[in-house]
Amino acid sequence: MSARIAMTALVAMFAAITLVPLLWMISVSLMQPGEAGQFPPPLVPGDPTLANYRELFASQGMGLFLLNSLLVSTLATMLALVFTLPAGYAFARLRYSGRDATVRALLALLLIPGQIGMLPLFLELKALGLVNSYAGVLVPWLAGIVGIFLVRQYALSIPLDLIEAARIDGASEWRIFRHIVLPIMRPAVATLALFVFLGSWNDFLWPLIVLSDHDLYTLPVALAALGRERAQDIELMMAGSVVTTVPVLILFLALQRQFIGGLLAGSVKG
Amino acid sequence: MNGAASRAERRAGWLFSAPALIAIGLFFVLPTIASLALSLTDFDIYALADIGNLRFVGLANYSALLSDPLFWTALGNTLWFVALGVPLVVVVALFAAILVNERIVAWRPAWRAVFFAPYVTTLVAAAVVWKYLLHARYGLLNHALGTIGLPPVDWLGDPRWAIPAITLFVVWKSFGYSMLIFLAALQTVPRELDEAARIDGAGWWSRLRHVTLPAIAPAAGLVAVLAVIAMFQLFAEPYVMTEGGPAQSTITVLYLMFDQGFQWWNLGIGAAVAVVLFVCILAAALAPALALRIYRGRSA
Repeated sequence: MSARIAMTALVAMFAAITLVPLLWMISVSLMQPGEAGQFPPPLVPGDPTLANYRELFASQGMGLFLLNSLLVSTLATMLALVFTLPAGYAFARLRYSGRDATVRALLALLLIPGQIGMLPLFLELKALGLVNSYAGVLVPWLAGIVGIFLVRQYALSIPLDLIEAARIDGASEWRIFRHIVLPIMRPAVATLALFVFLGSWNDFLWPLIVLSDHDLYTLPVALAALGRERAQDIELMMAGSVVTTVPVLILFLALQRQFIGGLLAGSVKG
Repeated sequence: MNGAASRAERRAGWLFSAPALIAIGLFFVLPTIASLALSLTDFDIYALADIGNLRFVGLANYSALLSDPLFWTALGNTLWFVALGVPLVVVVALFAAILVNERIVAWRPAWRAVFFAPYVTTLVAAAVVWKYLLHARYGLLNHALGTIGLPPVDWLGDPRWAIPAITLFVVWKSFGYSMLIFLAALQTVPRELDEAARIDGAGWWSRLRHVTLPAIAPAAGLVAVLAVIAMFQLFAEPYVMTEGGPAQSTITVLYLMFDQGFQWWNLGIGAAVAVVLFVCILAAALAPALALRIYRGRSA
């Protein structure tokens, strides 16, 4: 029993250290302007206030950036599902010549980080007139190879007999996909949607490159820009960090099981 | 039961995968190949205005890079991040995984979620938070050091401390993901082996050393390779926390690519940096497999 308490206390201590930055972020975001810049640093607000949040939304346009991020992440999620789900299913369960070679080629492509092609991709999108638009921000999310393998991994568990039976009943391939495969793959769909939403919400480098118009900024880009202007306003910056971070933390806490299971399916087994 | 595929099935296979394949080809494969071509040109702001100004320059960009001290600084800094960060990630993630895997620990799913939470946070927002935690005068870390009698450190303002400080943040941000890989590997440790060692009178430490660690060694290798790759891709951390400073001590290879490409519009040079980055990451990813093959070849 005492070993149980001792070990749990050790884990709790480690967990507390891990949580300090996030708790401190929330605490300072509620402090009066200038309060955090003292020594010793205060841990809790003496007189809690929402003034920093009001300033963010009223004068810094945070509402717009929040909407931009929501819009970009929602669109990225929807597009990724449309492009990834049929492909992942086809790579697992449809028989056609060239399939296995394609899958092997995609596996090899996993070794290439997306940043390598960013400069030419920028030139390509410039030629297409997509720079400084959400279409430009969304383009990398269409081509998610990791997502394809996540879906493929899951689709491999669908019994071929089930698909064959539907064919004998005269169902078209599209109908089979729509009415039999998609309902079975619901957990994979949810996991993929969660990944793409979080990924596009947290993305920084590519939106920073593509978006030049301040009004189009997503939260991370806007927050980095604000940090360069208002570095001295710790409390304001913490409020901005809360607005940027808390939505994804809530999403993670609500869908933890899905998230962690999906990560392991994608990285260890796949 | 599994007869030959019908024409409809073959057609559906290509129709279903075509949109994704076209997107991957157009927005991933093509730019990646074009990076190589671009790195052999002098594409800059003048070529951006008029493509007629573009010239093929062969390996001039690469030789320019090799003689540019900033390139060597960026490469050296990145290697410092690797040297400090990779062992730390492995050790911290393994420690966390072993702790939350112990059956006697209460509320294990809750701790697992806590350790994983930093991985989910927005990188830029978390970097902003850490920038203030590491503040020389009123940062929490220096305050904590002060309470145990240590002098304050100018974490992000001193070129000697900026890389360790940012590494600390990176480890905090990412160890949860590696912990999951270790947790999955720990599930595969044969329980009978552990029990047998226990019956033989082996203590906790001895069982960890002789049963658990050997069983999860491959997972440690995977975590290390993924951590090396992640360290080569550091960008937002120095961009937000130090802007590459002080005295260029936190400029990374990817930072240099961004700077050359999108700040100075030297896209040819930027592409050459991208190709170097690619070679580094490929080497990091393939080195373990290669080493293993050589090792096996020798022992055979």
